[in-house]
Amino acid sequence: MSKLILERLKAQFGADVLEVSSFRGDDVALVKPARWVDVARFVHDDPRCACTYFVDLSAVDLCDPRTDDLDMDDRFEVYVIAYSVEHKHRVRIKTRVSGDEPRLATVIPVWSGANWMEREVFDMYGVHFEGHPDPRRILTYDEFKGHPLRKDYPANRAQPLVEYRDGTFNKLGPFLQDEGMPLNRSAAPDERN
Amino acid sequence: MADLSKLETRTIGGGESGFVTTKFEALLGWARKYSLFQYPFATACCGMEFFSTASPRYDIARFGAEAPRFSPRQSDVLWVVGTISQRQAPVLRRVYEQMTEPKWVIAFGTCASCGGFYDNYATVPGIDKIIPVDVFIPGCPPRPEAVLDGLMLLQDKIGRCDRTPETVKNTLLAEGADEALEKLYQIRMKP
Repeated sequence: MSKLILERLKAQFGADVLEVSSFRGDDVALVKPARWVDVARFVHDDPRCACTYFVDLSAVDLCDPRTDDLDMDDRFEVYVIAYSVEHKHRVRIKTRVSGDEPRLATVIPVWSGANWMEREVFDMYGVHFEGHPDPRRILTYDEFKGHPLRKDYPANRAQPLVEYRDGTFNKLGPFLQDEGMPLNRSAAPDERN
Repeated sequence: MADLSKLETRTIGGGESGFVTTKFEALLGWARKYSLFQYPFATACCGMEFFSTASPRYDIARFGAEAPRFSPRQSDVLWVVGTISQRQAPVLRRVYEQMTEPKWVIAFGTCASCGGFYDNYATVPGIDKIIPVDVFIPGCPPRPEAVLDGLMLLQDKIGRCDRTPETVKNTLLAEGADEALEKLYQIRMKP
């Protein structure tokens, strides 16, 4: 695939495009969060890009809670993937937002399909999308505290809606040794294998 | 319910026809176990295996359990077929509470039994944390034969008026499997 979109982006936004890379047809551009919507709008509207088909919007938590500051400036990397049906090319645009009150402008005016995706990113990572018409959780429930895909969310913390029954549950585990994994819910995290 | 050891059925010859004495619970259990109306609460891939069990090749109708009722008030057995998420738990409990007595619950597959490999924020680690379970059917998903084993185990338990939870055993296990299971159980119970 040609690197046309990346070249157009660099020409249009200059230093606001922080980094571009291209690997086996995957064109990626990292942009400043302040120009997030502008870049999305350009990729959508520019006739040579014409990425009118919204594929996905999600995020990555880049921090390592053992070593990094949870409020680090570029903790959450939000990305959007867009495809051009007309030109048959695809681009991934990324931006990084701070771990301390992560905020980003919504791209719903550009691609209305981003609505539920942004809700999911808010639900899982706690990134607030400014201008979102319905900024509720989408997968977990309103009673849920925290954001489960953040690296500092404890892997074994459940927040049951129904109180668990009392009593011991000393049934034999349905897993056998040759059936995948041990029943390790009560084991400490480093004892898991 | 009644103690198992006290249930006895005797046939007494008397004249040409003879007659039978039995305990009321035993008679009731015998009547109930061959007419189980089921509520399939199918949430995940185990559902496919449930359809297979219900369809003619395996034919769950042979066990008097062919009638699915999609109203909890008309059903006797709640089949929990698949993963139950935390968000779904209130629904499951409500369905269980709406069923009329007598009612039984079968945990179909590993996810329903213990959460399976979903060891995370989203999944209930076994439906027995929410509602009482009579029979656990392990397997990911269990084969229809295992499901029928589970159904027959439930029928057996109904006939005996026994409500203790039981797990379908793998009858093809090699020698020493009991020790292996016990060891696994010890690993799980480690503090």
